[in-house]
Formats: sequence, structure tokens, C-alpha cells
Amino acid sequence: MNNYSVEAIGLNKTFGRRLIFNGINFRMDKNGIFGISGPNGSGKSTLVKIIAGLLSPSKGKIIHKNSNDEIIPEKLHNHIGFASPYLVLYEEFTAWENLDIFSEIRGINFNKDKAKDLLNRFLLYKRRNDLVKTYSSGMKQRMKFIFALMHNPELLIFDEPTSNLDEEGKKSVYNIITDVSKQIIVIIASNEKTDLDLCNEILDLKQFKDF
Amino acid sequence: MLTKAIALFKKDFHSELRTRYAINSLAMFIIVAISVIMFAIGQERISEGLTGGLFWVVIFFTAMSGLSRAFVSEEERGTSLTLQLVAAPSTVFTGKLIFNIILVFCMNTIIALLYAALFESFVINNFGLFLLSFVFGNIGLAISSTIIAAIIAKAGAKGTLYPVLSFPILLPLILSSVQLTLFAIDGTSIETAKFELAIVVSYDVIMLTVSYLLFDFIWKD
Repeated sequence: MNNYSVEAIGLNKTFGRRLIFNGINFRMDKNGIFGISGPNGSGKSTLVKIIAGLLSPSKGKIIHKNSNDEIIPEKLHNHIGFASPYLVLYEEFTAWENLDIFSEIRGINFNKDKAKDLLNRFLLYKRRNDLVKTYSSGMKQRMKFIFALMHNPELLIFDEPTSNLDEEGKKSVYNIITDVSKQIIVIIASNEKTDLDLCNEILDLKQFKDF
Repeated sequence: MLTKAIALFKKDFHSELRTRYAINSLAMFIIVAISVIMFAIGQERISEGLTGGLFWVVIFFTAMSGLSRAFVSEEERGTSLTLQLVAAPSTVFTGKLIFNIILVFCMNTIIALLYAALFESFVINNFGLFLLSFVFGNIGLAISSTIIAAIIAKAGAKGTLYPVLSFPILLPLILSSVQLTLFAIDGTSIETAKFELAIVVSYDVIMLTVSYLLFDFIWKD
């Protein structure tokens, strides 16, 4: 049972004088898939970055709790798995080396069995010893899911998870998202109907544009 | 934290071996800078004081040509976000600092050896003092270069901003290190040079403390 929760209190974000969103409140404490939708420029990526602790909100705050203990920002990265099209892996290393390096930097043992399993599930095992720079954009996107899942996070955040993916890639991503959402919280930010169809609840950012 | 920082250093080291981001520019700069000085001097025999000063001029500009890579390469490749997702800010700074300290020591050892081989007036008479100033000077240079690299990495005109921002911050260190190098060439005792040594050590401690305090704010957003 995952005892993880994420709570947003009065989130507001502005870039200069431009308001991105205002007055966002939510609480996610049950395992499942939560969607964040909205048109282009509505602040989906900004919101997921704020949830992941990669950006600070202009007002309000995000509280991450694990078994009722608040997680300090310096340790938040240990609890979160994040994948998005704008995430870049080290292209001068192979897929296998990337996963090994990230495990070492996280201070955890490199779980070779898990790496093999994920590479197989995302159809990359045969290319594991090739440099990431030789991958197609779809393969790189699948590699980002493996990056997000390797350290057994309690919260998974996917920003536009199926961009650059072919039908086969989308199918493996949807299968994995559905599987892991039984044990942990998964957040998906997307405009794709097929992505949002997976979600138990959806937060539409169009409602949060006014002061 | 240190184990994770060492893992990050190892990543940077292997990455550097494959991409040659910093090594090539540092090596080229050292060769070009020393060659230009030698052409400018010609057959003249320059004084010990001038040699010591020129030694640190080469060190300063070589550092400016390569040390910003620690953060600039992450920003240019778009991997900063990835790094934020796998490590705490203090781990990132420590890993990058270890990388830059080793790079600075390698780079400055090569410069010192080339100077000793090519310039007659670069004769160290108090090697202990030279070693102390070299070690503490290099550590200070690496700390300042690392934190300034983190600051400028997100800016537009990185190449111009780096030496401009570094110069006033590195000035106390460079001036004291030049003085200590002159003392070492003259054969002055460590006891006489303790004021300058104290400045360099204090500089290192202050810059290290300030860097760790500031880095969280620089790294995020």
C-alpha cells in the first residue's frame, strides 16, 4: 500500500506579468491516474514541474507526504519518477550506462534485473549497448520511461507521455501506466484523448486563468 | 552525499573523455597563450616578478576558457533538468567541484612544468611555499569558477559573462597568489608570507561556504 500524498494549496504561477494559472488546489492521496489537461500554453508542463519540485510557484505551495511525514525539497527527487519530451538523457552514453550512472548518482544499487525487464518491456533491450544519440526520438522517449521507473518512485509524473511514440510504443506505455497506477500515484499532463481516457480524475487548467 | 558526488564526478569524467568538451579547449589555450608570451618576449630575459605575474595570467585565462563547461555543457545539452531529478543540489555542486578541482590541478601542473622548462627566470627557490600557494590557489580558483559557471550557465551570453563576472571575484585570490609566487621565486620564508597565505586560505573557506549557501537558489528555477 502506497502512503504517498501530494497536496497543492493556492498555487499561482506568473512569468513576468503573464499569469499562467491561479488558485489551484488539489489533493492526491489514492493510487490511480490523475490527469492534467488544458490547451497549449495553459501551464500543464509548468504545473508538473512545480509538482516535481523543478520550479517554484509564485504563490502557494506543494506538500509531498510519505506516511504522513512531509518530504523536504532536497530529498524529493528520491520519491519522484518523471518523464517528458523535454527531458534529455546523456547521449554520449549507452542506455545501459545511463541507467547505471543514474542509479549510482541516486546512491542506490543498480538493479540489473529490473533494468533488463524494463528495457524488454519498452522494446529497447537489443539496443541497450548503443549510444543514446543513435536512438530515434520515439526510442529516446521510451528510454525516459525506464529512467522514471528504475528507482521505484512513489509518484510518477508523465508530461505528454505518448509524444513521439508509435502505436506499439503507446501500447507498452499504457500497459505500464495502468499496472503501476494500482500501486502508486501517476500524474499525466496531456491533451491526447487516449492519454486522458486512462485517468480516474482530470484537472482542467482552463478553470484557473483568472485572478 | 560524498559517494553520490563521486558518482557524478565519474559521470563527468567519462563524459569528458568521450566528448572532450573542456580538455581540448584547455590544452589549446595553454599552448597558444604560452606561445604568444614567448613570441612577445623574443630573446629578452624577463624579470622574476614579471614571470610570476604572467604565470597567473595564463592560469586565469585558461580557467576562463574551460572551467565553465561543468555547468554550461549540462545546460547546452538540456541535461540540467535530468540532473535535478536524480540528485540534491549539494550533491551536484560537490560532484562538479571535484571535477573542476582535478581539472584545475592537472591544467596548472602542466602550465607550471611548461613555465619551468621554457622560462629561465621561473626558478622556484622556496618550493614549500610555492606548493602551498599552488594548492590553495588552485582550490580557490576551482571553487569560484564552479559557482560562477553555475550562475552564468542559464544566461544568454555565457562566453562573455564568465570572465567578466569572474574577474572581480577572483581578483583577491589572483593578487595574493601572484605575490606568493613572487615570494617563492625570491626564496622568502613561509613565516614571512603567512599574511598572503592566510588571505588565500580565508578566500577558499569563504567562497566554499558562500557557494554551498547560494547553490540551491542558483540551481533551481
